[in-house]
Amino acid sequence: MAETAAPATSYEKNLSLRVTPAAQLRAAFETGSVQGVVELSEVSFLTMVGLRVNRTSDTGQRVTAVTGGLPAACGAVSGTGDTSVLWLGPEEFLVVAPTEAHESLGGDLIQALREALGDGEGQVVDLSANRTTFELTGPRSRAVLEKGCALDLHPRVLKAGTALSTEIGNIPVVLWKTGEETFRIFPRASFADFLGRWLLDAMREYASPEVP
Amino acid sequence: MLLISCPNCGSRDETEFHYGGQAHVPYPENPNELTDRQWAEFLFYRDNTKGAFAERWLHSTGCRQWFNMLRDTVTYDIQAVYPMGTPRPDAPAPAPESGTASTAADSTTTGTAAPDISGTSTSETSTTAPEGATK
Ligand SMILES: [Zn+2]
Repeated sequence: MAETAAPATSYEKNLSLRVTPAAQLRAAFETGSVQGVVELSEVSFLTMVGLRVNRTSDTGQRVTAVTGGLPAACGAVSGTGDTSVLWLGPEEFLVVAPTEAHESLGGDLIQALREALGDGEGQVVDLSANRTTFELTGPRSRAVLEKGCALDLHPRVLKAGTALSTEIGNIPVVLWKTGEETFRIFPRASFADFLGRWLLDAMREYASPEVP
Repeated sequence: MLLISCPNCGSRDETEFHYGGQAHVPYPENPNELTDRQWAEFLFYRDNTKGAFAERWLHSTGCRQWFNMLRDTVTYDIQAVYPMGTPRPDAPAPAPESGTASTAADSTTTGTAAPDISGTSTSETSTTAPEGATK
């Protein structure tokens, strides 16, 4: 972490001192992952922006031009390139973008959203520190989630590219199926440790040979 | 556990929701004119219906939106889900226990079609007597 190369400026020092909410579990995630079966990792410091706007209003149209779309219904995800917009409610969205999109790293996404909102009704709030990101991937990832999530996660119902607010292991999360066997899970930072350990526990049986 | 059908998100577990109490309880038009007794009744007195009961629910873990629901307090049967601000739908076909069901409907339909927006304090409607809030 911090004690390696001496940072040149306080700005760089601040960045180098950042700790992800589940950093203490990094080694456990590595040893708990079962290669090719189910693997868990924390994705660090994604840029997240809370967006509240009526998507059909003029303001909504301006915001849409920045994000490349606002999803219309529960589960839908829109966006362009590496910026995605997840539906949280009829007038509430979560913008997810790479770390570099954050203004502390010179990104202009949040500022562009603020300018698009202008004095229109709604809000643009930097929520990057609100949630962390877990990535669960592998053929057994659905089985792991099904131990603590009441949604129908079968691929005939939950398609890749769908994001839903729900509960996993009684923790409120946003669950985003990013690939056929890959899920991104967004728990709030204070729940990250519990949920990380819960997922590790749920993954453990897949390290052993299947009992016929 | 109940499976509740959110108007926005579809069928979800009850644990994703929060209960918001009796629906169609309009905020008094002139709270300052109420006696302590009337104010207390508005704040704290609610029907204790046996049978179909109109109540508010919040999908707190999902879309964070309020909605109204008609639920049978005996069988837990969810008879209708309808938006905030719309009147209570007509009670569906009477339940087996017809006696209690009829008094129940009677006691809760006094709530008007007031746009009771998620329990916030605005009430621009012309609902009349303050004392009528829960009676
Ligand atoms: Zn909902």
